[in-house]
This record gives sequence, C-alpha cells and structure tokens, in this order.
Amino acid sequence: MINAPAILLTVQLGIKSLLLHKLRSGLTMLGIIFGVCSVIAMLAIGEGGSYEAQQAIKKLGSNNIIIRSIKPSESNVVGSSGRSRISDYGLTYSDAGRMQTTLVGAQHVLPMRIIRDSVRFNRFVVPSQIIGTHPSYAQITGLDIVRGRFLTQNDETHIDNVCIMTVSLANQLFPFQDPLDEEVRVGMDYYRVVGLVREKSSMDKRPGASAPDSGKALDNNLYIPLSCARSRFGEILFRRSAGSFEAERVQLHQITVQMIDTDAIEPAVPDIEAMLRHFHTKKDYEIIVPLQLLRQAEQTKRIFNVVLGSIAAISLLVGGIGIMNIMLATVTERTREIGVRRALGARKKDIITQFLVETVVLSLGGGLIGVAVGVLVPMIVSYFADMKTIITFSSLALAFGISGLTGIIFGIYPARRAANLSPIEALRHE
Amino acid sequence: MSSSPIIRLEGLEKTYDLGAIKVRALRGVSLDIQAGSYVAIMGPSGSGKSTMLNMLGCLDRPSGGAYYLGGEDVSKMDDDELSAVRGKRLGFIFQSYNLIDQLTVIENIHVPLFYQGRDINECYDHCVNLAKLVGLGDRLHHRPKELSGGQQQRVAIARSLVNDPLMILADEPTGNLDSATGTEILNLLDKLNAEGKTIVLVTHGEEVAERAHRVLHMKDGVIDHEIHQRTLQHVVEELEHDDTAEAPAP
Repeated sequence: MINAPAILLTVQLGIKSLLLHKLRSGLTMLGIIFGVCSVIAMLAIGEGGSYEAQQAIKKLGSNNIIIRSIKPSESNVVGSSGRSRISDYGLTYSDAGRMQTTLVGAQHVLPMRIIRDSVRFNRFVVPSQIIGTHPSYAQITGLDIVRGRFLTQNDETHIDNVCIMTVSLANQLFPFQDPLDEEVRVGMDYYRVVGLVREKSSMDKRPGASAPDSGKALDNNLYIPLSCARSRFGEILFRRSAGSFEAERVQLHQITVQMIDTDAIEPAVPDIEAMLRHFHTKKDYEIIVPLQLLRQAEQTKRIFNVVLGSIAAISLLVGGIGIMNIMLATVTERTREIGVRRALGARKKDIITQFLVETVVLSLGGGLIGVAVGVLVPMIVSYFADMKTIITFSSLALAFGISGLTGIIFGIYPARRAANLSPIEALRHE
Repeated sequence: MSSSPIIRLEGLEKTYDLGAIKVRALRGVSLDIQAGSYVAIMGPSGSGKSTMLNMLGCLDRPSGGAYYLGGEDVSKMDDDELSAVRGKRLGFIFQSYNLIDQLTVIENIHVPLFYQGRDINECYDHCVNLAKLVGLGDRLHHRPKELSGGQQQRVAIARSLVNDPLMILADEPTGNLDSATGTEILNLLDKLNAEGKTIVLVTHGEEVAERAHRVLHMKDGVIDHEIHQRTLQHVVEELEHDDTAEAPAP
C-alpha cells in the first residue's frame, strides 16, 4: 500500500503540517542543529589539532631521541651582582661523546649549537639561526641539498670557515647574485658559502620559538661546522633582551640521537637519563622522545573522541527530547485530525507513518542545517584563529545519520500514541 | 443487489465496561436498510443514538450480534480491516465539518482515496467533479479556514462521495449552520439521495428528519418506533421495497 509516491506525499504533508507552526518547528529543530553542528565542528577542530601535533612530532623523527639544554630556574647564577650575569648550564661536548661511545643501539649522535645572530652580506643584514653541527645533520633531519654540498668531516677537523644556508636566507642575502663562494659575515668572522639547502623538517622550530622574531627567521638557518661554532663564538654567548644584558655559558643546545630502530628507543631513554643525571648537578636538560609524544597524541585524541562523543550524544539527546516533547504536544493538538483520518480509512500504520515522517523531516531538516553550519564553523575558526581544521566526510555522515536516527527514536512514541487513540474518542476531542 | 439490504443489523449489542458498572448502550438492535433509502435516526441523549452511529460507521466493534455491510460481516473484523471498510464503503459527514486545516479543498476531498493508495494526480478530475457538484468548483485551492461553514460542509460532502460509498453517514450535518445554510445542505443531501445515494442521518431536529423516508426513534438502546414518511415521491420506492415496511418489534 505504501509506495514511493505515497511516501513522497506523506513527506509533503509533513512539511505542510510543520510549516503551519513555523516558529515552533524552527525552535524544535534548533536542538538538532546545535547538536549536529557541534559534532562536526568539534570533530573538525580536534582532527585538525591532532593532525598538526602528529605532523610536528613526526618531523622530529620517530627513530630519534632529542636531548635539549634548558635553562634551570634562577638558582645557579655566576656573578650575581648587577645586570650582567652569566648562567652556566646545558649539555656538554663530553655528554655527546659519552653517548656516542656507550649508548646501545645509537646510530648517530648529533650535537648542535644554536646561536642567534645576524648574518651580513654587503648591506644586507638578516637575523638568523647559526647552527653548528656535524655532517650527519643533513641525513638525520632530511635536508634537501639544492646546490653545492653540505658540511664534511674535513670542514670539521680543519675548523674551516664554511657555511651552508637555507634557500630563504640566501634569497634575502643575495637577491641579485649567486651566493656560492661568496663570503658572509657573522659577528667578526667571514664564512664561505658552499651549499644551499632546503629544510624538509622543522627540527629547530622549537628552540627558536622563543625568539623575538620567530615566524620568518625560523627558516633562516646557517649551518657551520661544530668546531667552528665552538672556536669562533667561544663558550659564552651574549644575548641582549629588553635593555638587560645576558650572558650564558652553554656548550651544546641539543643532541639528537638517532637509534637503529624504534625498538631501541625504549631501553635507551633510561640509560641516557642515568648518564646525564650522573654528570649534571641540576636538571638543565630535557629528553624528548617523539615516539612517546606520538603515542601520547594518539591517546589524547582517543580521550578527546570519547569526550566529544559524550557531548554529541548529550546534545542530540536533548534535541531528541525536545522533538519528542513537541510531537506529543502536536499529537494532543491534532487529536481531532487523527480521528478524522482514521474515520476516512487511515490504518494505525498510516498514522504512525505520518507522524514519524514529520519528526524525521524535522530532525533531518535540522541535521541538514546543522551540517551546513557545522561546515561553516571550522572554516571560520581556521580563518580567524589560524588553526588547522579537517572536516572528514565520515563526520558529516555520522552527524547527519545520528540526527535522522534521533528523529526516528524520539518520534516512535508520539506516533504510536497518536495511532492508538480510539477513533471515536479522537473524533469527539475538542 | 436491489433485493438484499446493504445494511443488516441482527441483534446488535454494545456494552461499555466502566469498571463498577456496565452500560448497555445497545440492547439488540435489528435493522435493514435498503440501497437508495434515506434514514434518519433520532432520540434523546443517552438513547444509544451515538453508539448506533459509531457501529454503523465501523468505528467501533459490537459486543454482540452481527452487522452485515454490503453482505459482509464487519462485526468480527480487526482494526486494519475496519479501516479499509471505512475507507472504501462509507462516507462521513460530521457536525463540525472536520476538514484537515493544512490541506486545500481538493486535497481534503482526496484524503479517503489517499489511504487506498491512490495518487492525487490519477483521480484529480474525479475530485474536481465532486467539488463542482457541491458548488465549489472555483475554490479548489482554498484552505478550510478561508471558507464559510456552509462551504466547509460542502467540501465534507464532496469528500464523503469521493470513494463512491455504499452509505453516507451524516452526524448532525446542519448542527453548526444557520437555518438558511442548513437548508442548502439538506437540499444537497436530498439531491444526492435522489441520485441513488443511501443516506443515514443522525439528528435532533424534526425538520431535518422530515426529509428522510424513514425516521427511527431510539430509546434505551433499542429502536422504539419507526415512522415512514410517505411523500408522494417516495411512494413508488416504498412499493418497490415493500418487505421493509414493517418496523422491527421493540
């Protein structure tokens, strides 16, 4: 009996009935709209956030263990008088050496000095990161060598004043000429440009994040041999900030240990910890294990999804109860109509269909608007808050499907109540 | 077909169980109604008149006895079957019109056919003809709220005809109308009856009942007495159905 055109007609009828009370239907839909919209928006923001976090962690390298120097709290200050202070902390050359020789499963140990200074060529001055490191840097962090070469062991042993710069730095320093074999000045020393590279990863983003002019300077890297960084810059680095003058004695800013495989990471971490604890009186280093971070990020995402699911479930539940409430009121209000329809030949089934279709139209309509708003909100968030958001098709389907399901679940009771009215009673109803 | 009655009640009973007391609304009603007749049911309130109407309209099942509608025993049917019988064989006219507000005139007329699974497009002409018959050919797409009471009742009459029913059941069709409009409606019913439609009408008004061939007076759940109104026009028909001339014994 119920065929496709009949259903279509019922849907039409449902829409007509709903349009009879526009405000009421709209308010009822609002619950579903908010539910669906919040599910999609939160999923998109969450997905985007975790994607960004995972990308950042993956760039650190999942086979790597990263040990960084951190400045301990103001406990150990040499020359505490006046505004000039020298703080002495951080990883040492001997730490790197010990790791190289004793750590089981370590493939490469890569020490780094990171100095913030200006690179000059003629009248161009570009604030950059000077990174003193070993030749294996290119391989561990995945540098693209665009032209020339990277550092070699020879540079290291001869303490050659050579440098390799990132393409973006080269573009700023040498807008009009070929940078290769030119000499740039850092501090009082000149370095010959032997290569151009492009960073695939942003391994050094984090140390530079606190710099005043982060943003663009991050990609302005100048690589020099570690031995150069040691002998040309000395042990004490000066930093002028906000009128005060700060000096610190730091040998190495970071040591990246590349392990043979991921299985070697877990046992190596406590070893490194023990070794460092032995030689450092204060905790002036931190150990970052990208693999663990990745796992944590995944764990966080799972928790986030559970929280999100509960919020979505609650908001849709509330929306569903709103629908049920309104439909019960509608059934009471339209008792007479139900009686008339029954008298004119409608079966119980027809009445159920009619009211169910109405609730489903209501909830799917709300779902549709919710999807539209839900797609818009992450876009607005990405635009204004500069956050990455990812709207997956499955989240749209999920939210929309749940809204339809809500309509059916919360529509069944009012519809059955309508159908089970006695036709005589219903006709007599005022 | 013409010899056998379209409606036959045999000892029809209806008892309402109200817990402490049992109300016997119908106490064994037997009645034959021939095709093409015009029957009025009268009686004071509490006489079982409304229960009778519900029974005849297949809106309720009797507690005892049998009800043959067009030769079919409907007293034992289940809810869905009763719905089908109502939709196919009966036309209803109510005191308060009972049109569906959100539908237009033409859509209201179509409702009984909709529940038989017939699309409005395939029977659109039929519905339009009925609207013209009741004099609303120019109001097809109006909503009930935009029509007068008399016009709404005309729509209801058209709706009661749409499924070509065995019998039209009218419950105080003029109750909500002023006398002039009421007369128009009654004239329309007369016309339909003259065209061969069987009409059963429940009313309080003597002047309404006067139009019918037979007037059944109910009292205490039975048909108390019956009056045959022998208008000249009816005499011929009465002769044809002579066997119904005798009223059932009280």
